[in-house]
Amino acid sequence: MIAARKKLVLVGNGMAGVRTIEHLLKLNPEGYEITIFGSEPYPNYNRIMLSSVLAGGANMSEIIINDLEWYHSQGIKLYMGHTVTSIDSESRKVYSDKGITAEYDELILATGSNPFMLPIPGADKEGVIAFRDIKDCQIMQETAGSYKKAIVIGAGLLGLEAARGLLHLGMEVTVVHIHDYIMERQLDEAASVMLRRELEAQGMRFLLHKQSEGILGKKRVRGLLFTDGSTADADLIVMAVGIKPNVELAKKSGVQINRGIIVNDYMETNIPGIFALGECAEHRGIAYGLVAPLYEQGAVLAKRLAGVKVEGYMGSVTSTKLKVSGVDVFSAGQFTEPDGSRALRYQDEIEGVYKKLVIQDDMLIGAVLFGDTSDGAHLFSIIKNKENISGREKELLLGISADVFSSTQGNRLEVMPEDEIICGCNGVSKGTIAEAIESGGCTSVGQIKACTKASASCGGCKPLVEGLLQLYAGDAVTVVKEGICGCTTLNRDEIVSEIKRMKLMTVKEVMNVLEWSQEEGCAKCRPSLNYYLGMLWPEEYIDEKESRYTNERYHANIQKDGTYSVVPRIYGGVTSPAELKKIAEVAEKFAVPMVKFTGGQRLDLLGVKKEDLPKMWEELDMPSGHAYGKTLRTVKTCVGSTFCRFGTQDAISMGITLEKQFERLNTPGKVKLAVSGCPRNCAEATIKDFGVVAIDGGWELHIGGNGGVHVRATDLLCVVKTEEEVVEWASAFLQYYREQAGWNERTAHWVERVGVDNIKKALESQEERLALKERIETVLGLTTDPWKQIVNEPELRKNFEAIAQIESV
Amino acid sequence: MMTITKMLVGKVTDIDTRGSRTFRVNDMEIALFRLSDGEVLAVENKCPHKGGALSEGMVCGTKVHCPLHDWKIDLHSGVAMEPDKGCVVTFDVEIDPNSGSIYVTI
Ligand SMILES: Cc1cc2nc3c(=O)[nH]c(=O)nc-3n(C[C@H](O)[C@H](O)[C@H](O)COP(=O)(O)OP(=O)(O)OC[C@H]3O[C@@H](n4cnc5c(N)ncnc54)[C@H](O)[C@@H]3O)c2cc1C
Ligand code: SF4
Ligand code: FES
Repeated sequence: MIAARKKLVLVGNGMAGVRTIEHLLKLNPEGYEITIFGSEPYPNYNRIMLSSVLAGGANMSEIIINDLEWYHSQGIKLYMGHTVTSIDSESRKVYSDKGITAEYDELILATGSNPFMLPIPGADKEGVIAFRDIKDCQIMQETAGSYKKAIVIGAGLLGLEAARGLLHLGMEVTVVHIHDYIMERQLDEAASVMLRRELEAQGMRFLLHKQSEGILGKKRVRGLLFTDGSTADADLIVMAVGIKPNVELAKKSGVQINRGIIVNDYMETNIPGIFALGECAEHRGIAYGLVAPLYEQGAVLAKRLAGVKVEGYMGSVTSTKLKVSGVDVFSAGQFTEPDGSRALRYQDEIEGVYKKLVIQDDMLIGAVLFGDTSDGAHLFSIIKNKENISGREKELLLGISADVFSSTQGNRLEVMPEDEIICGCNGVSKGTIAEAIESGGCTSVGQIKACTKASASCGGCKPLVEGLLQLYAGDAVTVVKEGICGCTTLNRDEIVSEIKRMKLMTVKEVMNVLEWSQEEGCAKCRPSLNYYLGMLWPEEYIDEKESRYTNERYHANIQKDGTYSVVPRIYGGVTSPAELKKIAEVAEKFAVPMVKFTGGQRLDLLGVKKEDLPKMWEELDMPSGHAYGKTLRTVKTCVGSTFCRFGTQDAISMGITLEKQFERLNTPGKVKLAVSGCPRNCAEATIKDFGVVAIDGGWELHIGGNGGVHVRATDLLCVVKTEEEVVEWASAFLQYYREQAGWNERTAHWVERVGVDNIKKALESQEERLALKERIETVLGLTTDPWKQIVNEPELRKNFEAIAQIESV
Repeated sequence: MMTITKMLVGKVTDIDTRGSRTFRVNDMEIALFRLSDGEVLAVENKCPHKGGALSEGMVCGTKVHCPLHDWKIDLHSGVAMEPDKGCVVTFDVEIDPNSGSIYVTI
């Protein structure tokens, strides 16, 4: 005879509780008759993904972890929308607010926590909410549709994620924080300041060191009043100031509580048969507010209930990652420096990278990473495993070299226990991933993600998942091929060689023959194909202006307010009084709001209305400066030997020669040149795509520099003697770049990708250089000045004007 | 209050294929798009994201990519494609098959 199954009741249909049930069902599928009560009218969903839902990265249906079908198939009785209001621990029964009574042998309390609402006057007004569940998320989405101004109180993880989501929904967002710096519970001041700057750049506003006193408005919130007497307008206030464990039910039922429900290492409360875990529980004085510890607790409790031998739960070291796109922040363990510890820091303001390691007794006890968080998972596991890191500190701070990383990681992953959590967000253990690879047949990170949800949320664990894939799949690993965009699986080289092989002549033909998934492509592949076709068939191909970006279609730079900027060509940056007068007159005539020198020594007329563009070009009667396209921008020069006492060569005339030679050239990315008259290099030629630096009796030629987001100094290509040689090498280099690089790939990336030595080799023979030069000259010979062309062709000019003038309706 | 009016704004050939032209009515700018198959569609020229001029965007099939931050708007419905959320106002367009005149109802 089969023994009667024991009755298990779970109160709280959330992440910790249901996770425990899942685990238990794996260990002992027949052990219990399970009943679950949950207040929310949904099956178990991934709460942490609410941030992604708000920020547009996921929709509601994607965040369900266990759908109703799952409960059904596991034979679980689910009471959705039922709140358990009392427990009778004598007769072992629970009662719900909708009149259901359930008997239990074992009872799990996983009631989570409640958002802490500031007890200030007006906190009950319409439009004042927390950020905790699907309902809050929906209110934010609805509010954003009809209101403008949002205030988030609290600049912790949750507050910032809410603020980012509201920005995404189009609201103006101000974050109010009581401290002087944000995320002070996870970051030190340096990282916090860098984070704030980044978020401000995304459009978030901050009011720091502000304490809220009351909420203004009648029925609905209208503003927030601070203790210093100042106020801020708001149509929506989201309070994200903290959470408190939801212990009400436990307290009422005689279960011992402190801040949370007190549990021992086996998740047992003081009452026999009643367990607690998750955010509502307090273990060794700590109530956790993150999922990774909850899942560890769940594993212990599941084993305990399944009667499997288990070591108790020992507490967790936690790590956090801010889930805001465009910002990488990681923090783990002790990030301030307790007595007896020391800290190592690395800060690079230009790249926006900050790293800090806190070390005590040769062990890593904490880390903060900003800007580059790729080592986060690795550092976190060193912290958790209490590895001795003496001698390796610098290496850890400066980044782990790839092979060192993989070998130590390989070993570490191998010895890692099966139930150690790899993906903290979704609670996926090493064992689950290993199983997905070994018996589930997964051979890529994408498949593992689809199969187990590992790395599906914040992505922080991706390096570990990749490591496991290496470990268990070995050679079977497939690298998933990514095309140039979502419309194709082909990469740049494949596309270019197919176009050549089949002599494809138009964008449409390429898309048809190469089986594009979107009939007319997208804003990524269309300009790329347009470029490749023009590069391959300079004489036959007719440029498709509708496959170019706005700037290249209107031959001016679109500004954020929809106006444009006009930059006339001024060769080598050398102008004349007459030319300056003409520019000044045109600027006055068209009431140009701003006239400015650009970083490349040219004059920029900003704030021009679209319909004025052709008229201005006509009056300026100067060539386009091409300050807007993927093309030669400017050749910056210093005065060189013409005036400078150090100059060894005529930098100005060299600059003018090069600018005249290459103007109007179509290139994969924009191209900037500079010529300096001596090695003092006043024209900053060593951060240009092609830089020329004069030396006594010759010229140094430099390639692949960039002064933008990622500063890169050039590599020296060669040293030549004559002006003709400079032009020959420049032509060969630029044409080789045109033929080899991907669309939108700047020379700096391209040089890094293919290697300077390979480029040197390709340009080594003069024969080859001259062939390249001939090809670039063919292209250059076919270009015309776009401004003149538009001015003279009504068919092009019409696009700058309104189609109709309508008085009013 | 706005009255409903049908008005002549121009001819189909005034708009390039996969191009756009605009006009203003009161305080609103309207963008007309001509798709590859000849269809002409009208929407308010204001991206639901941050107000970018959709007329300056790239037309791919029946959708336009906003030039400012690449939101993709369906020109038939005015709805922004996932994962973005939002909607622009669309207007009925009629084309006289003989003259190619475009009438927009506002
Ligand atoms: C927007 C957001 C983003 C987050 N991001 C992260 C992150 O990136 N990383 C991370 O680690 N953590 C994150 N968290 C925290 C994480 O979601 C929680 O730690 C986790 O969900 C807690 O799980 P739990 O099961 O203890 O509680 P919950 O998931 O809250 O589940 C408790 C459930 O019990 C129900 N309940 C309560 N009382 C009763 C009752 N008497 N009867 C019936 N049902 C009841 C509640 O309605 C709730 O559904 C985030 C949280 C939020 C809100
Ligand atoms: S780079 Fe040399 S030549 Fe040119 S301005 Fe500077 S010091 Fe003078
Ligand atoms: S304004 Fe259109 S995408 Fe941002």
